[in-house]
Amino acid sequence: MPDLGTYAFEILMSYGISLGLLGALICVSILQSKRVKAALQQVENNG
Amino acid sequence: MSLWEYANPKKFMDWTAPVLPWVAGSAALCLSVGLIWGFFFTPDDFRQGSTVKIIYLHVPAALMAINAWLMMLVASLIWLVRRHHVSALAAKAAAPVGITMTLIALATGALWGSPIWGTYWEWDPRLTSFLILFLFYLGYMALWSAIEDPDTAADLTSILCLVGSIFAILSRYAAQFWSQGLHQGASLSLDKEKNVSDVFWQPLVITMIGFGLLFLALVLLRTRTEIRMRRIKALHARARRA
Repeated sequence: MPDLGTYAFEILMSYGISLGLLGALICVSILQSKRVKAALQQVENNG
Repeated sequence: MSLWEYANPKKFMDWTAPVLPWVAGSAALCLSVGLIWGFFFTPDDFRQGSTVKIIYLHVPAALMAINAWLMMLVASLIWLVRRHHVSALAAKAAAPVGITMTLIALATGALWGSPIWGTYWEWDPRLTSFLILFLFYLGYMALWSAIEDPDTAADLTSILCLVGSIFAILSRYAAQFWSQGLHQGASLSLDKEKNVSDVFWQPLVITMIGFGLLFLALVLLRTRTEIRMRRIKALHARARRA
């Protein structure tokens, strides 16, 4: 871990918030994709 | 074969399926290398100290926030002129990615501003235009979900996108238009004298490529989801008519 000195809070918060938001966006996109893919398959099988 | 044929929903699904894992993998690789290099293996800046490490998130996120809106603008224009449904769906799919990038740029900018400027926020031209861009993203997404008819929604959001483009461009050039405010001019320049030092530049370029590829991967994935959702609606409508 590099020595971040007095700015550790700002730097770590920046990385935490950014990676958290990106991670959430990726997870939501993948889950939604899987859910819709399954729903389409079900509709096509039924129809 | 015409380029427009790739915008056919069936063709789009066919060509994006094998491309998507490669784009996503390349994004993960570039982001891992760029962020680890930037965070762990670059020195402190002589003026900004260790806060320079925020550049690897702030600059690529701000770049993508603006470029995402410009991509939505191109897709909206294609919808308005040629009525290609995939282009309208791609614009819709890009909005949540763009707003996330805008939020990251605003949050990291505030956190960077606190130690360097002595304040989290200032009504500076660039910061203000970026905040307005964020509000345009919110409005754009709200408009999509508020209108039931997809073609009407695509028409109205396309118009909104055209108007919002003024703020996307202002966000990029505000610091040059008004030589005032706290925010500096562009950190990156082809002029070696004005560009950031190579030691910061190299990991920054890799991170920017990573953010660009991540944006592309997410837009492809989300557009595929939108196409499938449109197909489900069409099948339900057909079943109701039968």
